Amino acid sequence: MRICAYAVLVTTTEYDLARTVARLYYDDNKTQDEIGEALGLTRWKAGRLLALAREIGIVSISIAESATFTEQATGGIIATERSRAQGITDSSSLRGFLSRLSTVDAVGLEGRAGWIASRSIKNESKRAALDTIIRLIDLTTLEGADTPGKVRSLVAKALIPDPHDSTTPRVAAVCVYPDMVGHAVRALGAKIGDGVTGVSVASVATAFPSGRSTIDIKIADTRYAVAEGAGEIDMVIDRGAFLAGDFDTVFNQIVQVREACNRADGTHAHLKVILETGELRTYDNIKRASWLAILAGADFIKTSTGKVQPAATLPTTVLMLEVVRDWFALTGERIGVKPAGGIRQSKDAIRYLVAVAEVAGEEWLHPHLFRFGASSLLNDVLIQRQKMTTGHYSGPDYVTVD
Amino acid sequence: MSFLDFAPAPESTSVLNLRTSYGLFINGEFVDGHGEPITTISPATEKPIAEIAHANAQDVSLAVAAARKSHDTVWGRMSGTDRGKYLFRIARLIQERAREFAVAETLDNGKPIRETRDVDIPLVAAWFFHYAGWADKLEWAGVGPNPTSLGVAGQIIPWNFPLMMLAWKVAPALAAGNTVVLKPAETTPLTALLFAEVCQQAGLPAGVVNIVPGLGEVAGAALVEHPGINKIAFTGSTGVGRHIARTLAGTDVALTLELGGKGANIVFDDAPIDEAIEGVVRGIFFNQGHVCCAGSRLLVQENIHDEVVEKLTRRMSTLRLGDPLDKNTDIGAINSREQLERITSLVSQGEAEGGVRWSLDCEVPQKGFWFRPTVFTGVTTSNTVARDEIFGPVLSVLTFRTAEEAILKANNTPYGLSAGIWTNTASRMLQVADELRAGVIWANTFNQFDPASPFGGYKESGFGREGGRPGLAAYLTTEGAR
Repeated sequence: MRICAYAVLVTTTEYDLARTVARLYYDDNKTQDEIGEALGLTRWKAGRLLALAREIGIVSISIAESATFTEQATGGIIATERSRAQGITDSSSLRGFLSRLSTVDAVGLEGRAGWIASRSIKNESKRAALDTIIRLIDLTTLEGADTPGKVRSLVAKALIPDPHDSTTPRVAAVCVYPDMVGHAVRALGAKIGDGVTGVSVASVATAFPSGRSTIDIKIADTRYAVAEGAGEIDMVIDRGAFLAGDFDTVFNQIVQVREACNRADGTHAHLKVILETGELRTYDNIKRASWLAILAGADFIKTSTGKVQPAATLPTTVLMLEVVRDWFALTGERIGVKPAGGIRQSKDAIRYLVAVAEVAGEEWLHPHLFRFGASSLLNDVLIQRQKMTTGHYSGPDYVTVD
Repeated sequence: MSFLDFAPAPESTSVLNLRTSYGLFINGEFVDGHGEPITTISPATEKPIAEIAHANAQDVSLAVAAARKSHDTVWGRMSGTDRGKYLFRIARLIQERAREFAVAETLDNGKPIRETRDVDIPLVAAWFFHYAGWADKLEWAGVGPNPTSLGVAGQIIPWNFPLMMLAWKVAPALAAGNTVVLKPAETTPLTALLFAEVCQQAGLPAGVVNIVPGLGEVAGAALVEHPGINKIAFTGSTGVGRHIARTLAGTDVALTLELGGKGANIVFDDAPIDEAIEGVVRGIFFNQGHVCCAGSRLLVQENIHDEVVEKLTRRMSTLRLGDPLDKNTDIGAINSREQLERITSLVSQGEAEGGVRWSLDCEVPQKGFWFRPTVFTGVTTSNTVARDEIFGPVLSVLTFRTAEEAILKANNTPYGLSAGIWTNTASRMLQVADELRAGVIWANTFNQFDPASPFGGYKESGFGREGGRPGLAAYLTTEGAR
């Protein structure tokens, strides 16, 4: 598959360097780490040069037309390892699988969420919960007005959320638009990681937030973000296709974007699939979309872009947690969940933690399996944390703006 | 520390201002009783709460006389509008003192504060508000021409929802112009006596509400046998209900009985499974299963049996048993040692008869009366645990293949109080509901109560309805009937 060409401007030095890296990588089978070491570059820079090499045609990769791709052309699905294991190889088996899922009773689900929300988390449990929340935050800025300076400031806050309290953990990741990934990566430097080893860089992609573009653009968007060093990709599904009943398109796009997350070294940027639950409207739709996303290859299922109301709600998150719990029971594989948008108060976030622990299990309270997509939540948690230390509330001027 | 080891979050008891002893409430005042007083204890700690005077037959006679006088001279003659004002006042006072009532109920009964705070007390206020609205609209209740009160109502209530059962009985009786003599259960008199304080606070005329704690065989029997009574309303065991019915046979005393049950929760394979599990859990573990309409039999379609049982036990493992005053407690204490012994013995019998028992693996406090939430699988219709009302946190799981079999099994009980149907097919829901012989049928939900919705049973679950217009009619007579 060829992506549509970007107009890329490169200097001769960069061109030569990219060619050297490509030789070492493809001809000599060196890893990105080894290349970085040999040339005095970071592994991320090496990765970016490799991507550049592909993009500007130093390296051209051709993939044989596979049977699945032929199927796609005639309107089928690109079956994945996960879907095949569930007997899903074509449109009708996908449709059949999704229609056999048990329905969701809205009153019952909201009642369950109400039960969870009435848990009372106090004292040392609250203290631990606040720290857990910070560790699970994808600190986010997704504004048209974002600047490199804003992103650097966000990164600084991600690393040191509270300069007055060194016991404050850092957040899991920063979440930015693709063109800001490079800035975030550079600002993090050696402190970059996977959310546990260091702060990860997540990038929204695929014509975020509407997803209204061609698949080629979406793939290019994703590849660009990965090449820039994004460790995680937050893609949006095609809600229009989903609501129109065209599950194949939704499925295939996820599969293709997941493929675009692959790095040359065999690893891949983790894929979070945003369902935009506020547009799917019904819990039945949200449940089907969750299963569909997992079958197509999602590492995480995520509620919302934050640009549509309602964004994350507790019942929706409980439902998605039930899906990943059921997927684990079925396959032994754990998928992550990320509620995003609208979670601003510590009190709300704690309810989500209870939901995670009681519905999916405590193992999910880990940055690899649960994230909050949030911006203002962090400051509220910091204020609560300070209150637990000092015994009184400070105020918004005692935490930093980002 | 695991996140799920929530730190204790106990509700403060400082809101309570209890006396060390309580008398009987007769003719608007607390008076001495002439029965043997008892000390009411908290079933979670076995610690004493207060000394409660007990009524003997003579005390009951005084109470009935006070109620009679009040009915004939004040309450029965008062305009419905004015009666409504008093009832609205009571409803608002209960809301104002809701936290206090919730804590007192939890202390005395052993049920979790989460339930008294979120279910019992809000429903109590709702019941008074609902019937307050009816007080001046009796003529439009559709019961017949010129409806009037019956007179003095004797009311005997159980220990499982002490204040709520009081509200279910007192609110419609008062709205209809009756006066009442109410005997709370032996183990849970506390909130009824706090309610007596509310009556004083509301300025309710003396003698309209009289509360006579006492033993069933003494005060309860005296009330039932008293010649000055016009109506008996009883909620409790089928055995006692049968005795009351025998006593009153041939008299002109009106009678309503709300007795035991062995509710079936029927889960079809097209049900919303996760919500059905939730409903099954609420159906049997709500209030430690001390619920006459509990869904104590789970009838599950055989092709989803394993999935349902697996999900059910998984869901149950997040239930928290312990201090009822802790805001995170889901399962509180069993109300009395006697009840605990009954549950224990029935569960042993269930095991002896071949049922496969699964109980929640959790710590149980040293003091107090506790029973771990329990599920029996592999149960057949002939097993004791599938037939007898256990009145505890014990669920029996049976299977069925067709809707006909589900209906047959659900109806195969001497009781007929409640049932639940879980299916996504509306036509099946209606058809099954039509053929179940139970007074209350919930569809894709369970244990939902509302003052506008009548509640009552078939067969050995009793007769008469509480709630809504039928609940009002149970305290009214009409021109033709007089």
